Amino acid sequence: MRRDFNESLNKMRLLYKNLTFSIISVFIVSGCTTQIPKEAFQLSPESLELRQLQTRRFDTNDEKSLLSAGAAVLQDIGFTIDESETKLGVIVASKDRSAVEAGQVIVAIIAAFFGAQSSIDKEQKMRVSFITSPYGANNKSYLVRITFQRIVWNTQGQVTRRESLDDPIFYQEFFQIFSKAVFLEAHEI
Amino acid sequence: MKYKSKTNVYNIFFTLPIFIILLASCVSSRGQLLEASESQVKLRSIQTRAFDSTDRQNMLRTVISTMQDLGFVIDEADEVLGSVSGTKLDRYRLRLTVTVRPRGTTQLLVRANAQYQLTQVVDPEPYQQFFTALGRALFLEAHEVE
Repeated sequence: MRRDFNESLNKMRLLYKNLTFSIISVFIVSGCTTQIPKEAFQLSPESLELRQLQTRRFDTNDEKSLLSAGAAVLQDIGFTIDESETKLGVIVASKDRSAVEAGQVIVAIIAAFFGAQSSIDKEQKMRVSFITSPYGANNKSYLVRITFQRIVWNTQGQVTRRESLDDPIFYQEFFQIFSKAVFLEAHEI
Repeated sequence: MKYKSKTNVYNIFFTLPIFIILLASCVSSRGQLLEASESQVKLRSIQTRAFDSTDRQNMLRTVISTMQDLGFVIDEADEVLGSVSGTKLDRYRLRLTVTVRPRGTTQLLVRANAQYQLTQVVDPEPYQQFFTALGRALFLEAHEVE
């Protein structure tokens, strides 16, 4: 009898210890001490490739016309301007669009058929920054660099994706449209 | 037997305060408005570097291009204030504000302020990495300041 009691006490203690440990680790992982990833501020070998992908050189000394053409092209592809600072060659724009994908809908329907609830991607905010900067001496040419990113929310309003959009095709297409709009040739760097 | 149950009680007495401290450090969400980190002076020196340049416009443009190199999309920039903000999304959300102002007549002071997810970045290393990248783009050395 006494031995049984002892054993159960030991078990309880073990359980309690495990519980303590797991609760503490949950706190540490989730809440107050989130650690920034080591590579967040590090230039990677891909940084250079991305820069080449996102940048074109235009042989003009007219930065303002590059910026106004940029604003026009961004509007053409459905962005609204959030912010601009022409003295620093900055235009920031965004658009809110549906993020519903056929594949996810099908999966959700099948899941619902088996009684499981699942949420699908619903909305996305796509952002772009369009930056011009002088290139080389005596301001004979300018660089234009754009970067895209997006946030996706599901039907429950949770963020499901935070990412930059680095597919080369986006950048190639953008600069094709842009170089037609400024009547200038886009040179790769 | 008696001894064992006693240690169990001690155990609770020991771990309970830890829980409470852990909880308390997260709970007061309103108090975070004007919250300053333990050592403001130390944080400021971690976040600040001086560069031997007086070309403010060039500094701001180089800050922007360095941020783009690091994967940030610019949120806003203000030439008068000398500030640039941007966001990096890579599963996490990292926001950075950089301000540039003159220091004396020969230098510019650059301060970076980063926020990772929901917390301020106080670790010196990320800032060091940022200033190294910025210095490389400027062909200038980043000087630590007191």
